[in-house]
Amino acid sequence: MEWRWDFTWDILPRLIEATGNTLLAAGGGYAIAVVLGLVLALAQRTPYRVLTWVVREIVEFIRSTPLLLQIFFVFYVGPQFGIRLSPWASGMIAIGLHYACYLSEVYRGGIESVAKGQWEAATALNMTTMQTYRRIVIPQAIPPAVSGLGNYLVGIFKDTPMLSVIGVTELIHTANTIGSENFRFLEPYTMVGLIFLAISLPTAGLIRAFERYVRRKMGLQ
Amino acid sequence: MDDLKGFPQELTGADRPMVSFRKVGKAYGPLTVLDDLDLDVAEGEMVSIIGPSGSGKTTVLRMLMTLEEINGGCIYIDGQPLTHMPKNGGLVRANQRHLRARRVDIGMCFQHFNLFPHMTALENCMEGPVQVLGMPKTEARARSEELLEMVGMIEKRDQHPSRLSGGQQQRVAIARALAMRPKVMLFDEVTSALDPEVIGEVTNVIRGLASEHKLTMLMVTHQMGFAQDISDRVCFFYGGKIEEQGPASELFGNPQRERTQQFLSAVKEAV
Ligand SMILES: Nc1ncnc2c1ncn2[C@@H]1O[C@H](COP(=O)(O)OP(=O)(O)OP(=O)(O)O)[C@@H](O)[C@H]1O
Ligand SMILES: [Mg+2]
Repeated sequence: MEWRWDFTWDILPRLIEATGNTLLAAGGGYAIAVVLGLVLALAQRTPYRVLTWVVREIVEFIRSTPLLLQIFFVFYVGPQFGIRLSPWASGMIAIGLHYACYLSEVYRGGIESVAKGQWEAATALNMTTMQTYRRIVIPQAIPPAVSGLGNYLVGIFKDTPMLSVIGVTELIHTANTIGSENFRFLEPYTMVGLIFLAISLPTAGLIRAFERYVRRKMGLQ
Repeated sequence: MDDLKGFPQELTGADRPMVSFRKVGKAYGPLTVLDDLDLDVAEGEMVSIIGPSGSGKTTVLRMLMTLEEINGGCIYIDGQPLTHMPKNGGLVRANQRHLRARRVDIGMCFQHFNLFPHMTALENCMEGPVQVLGMPKTEARARSEELLEMVGMIEKRDQHPSRLSGGQQQRVAIARALAMRPKVMLFDEVTSALDPEVIGEVTNVIRGLASEHKLTMLMVTHQMGFAQDISDRVCFFYGGKIEEQGPASELFGNPQRERTQQFLSAVKEAV
């Protein structure tokens, strides 16, 4: 079996379209995770014991069960509770929720790294807890969290193939379809691997550059 | 909480103190740090607190800044209870709203400055007025620049704290606290973390403030000479109590208590 360039060129448009879908799923899921992760991190720091406990248990539960199971759950069990979502929506919600739990830990680490004196200075200026989080603590919690947040961006991107099981036409799903239509799997799978590589590698570099930029921008060096 | 029977709901009269600690107690678990502390500070008065390490000096300031809860007694600020609030003719522990309403009168500077590292010197000063007082930015900027000018930091207004020396950071921190126009300023060993050659630039700023008649100040310091120079009164703390207090000239010139004498001579030897 040898590599066929004409076939490679033929399938390229479909793979590119699938790449767009993959990026959309990863980006959508990540957007959910970035926002929800912060909410989960803050919820674990409220003075309300019960809330803190419930959130911590949920995070622990989601982190201890496979993403695949969560995807199935949202897509197949959701309808039994009257929540009927498209594969796309289910996929993004499941992956976003899953990663939100990991990101909440990253945020938590960042928030805890902010010196106690910063809280005290904010109190001395008579700031409220909300103002202190928004203006003082979260801005300082982000730079140390950037590399962790970035690693999970690459992670979420590499996990998008799991969405193929519920029919989201991302890269692996498309490669499978092409393969079984043409009885040739070498080219589609190789191309998918190269596409993942071509996106993951520069992203990691960009994240490091972004981390330096954020630090400089904030005068944190 | 022990009962506060007999504690007034407010202090009245023209000669009421700006700050009043009444039978204030503080303990960390089994460790009693302050015991029935009584201390009044008059409006415009400059009081220095000196004493050995662990005698509770920092704790006094932190309780007044409401960074630390008190375990007994009550603190009044400008005649109003700070740690408590009036309810049904008595006093109950203050809630967040009450603390926020009363805290406006107090500002504090810390040993390690605690400037906000992600903001420039100017932004540090504007933060409180804009966010907390809701002041328009142009007005907050004008006020902040005036204060940075006063502390000699106007040229560095656009620098982040990481680009400033310790002395410069502390001067910005003083400007930041003053931007809130507090009636009472607290200084906790503001020169202790500084290199000797820059201590003067910070003490000069505080000296300038002391010559203003309206600002009430409480200062914890290890610099006896400085305390003697600018204080109206000096309190010597020992084991969570005021062992001796009096006008600076008397406490340093003619200390009455043996512990005061020992402490002062030990400090003198160390220099
Ligand atoms: N958060 C805390 N938990 C437990 N003990 C504490 C705490 N803060 C202070 N203490 C104790 O309270 C006592 C008084 O502390 P404080 O910081 O007021 O002393 P200080 O007079 O300011 O001393 P120094 O000159 O070293 O700054 C000390 O014995 C200290 O160990
Ligand atoms: Mg101290």
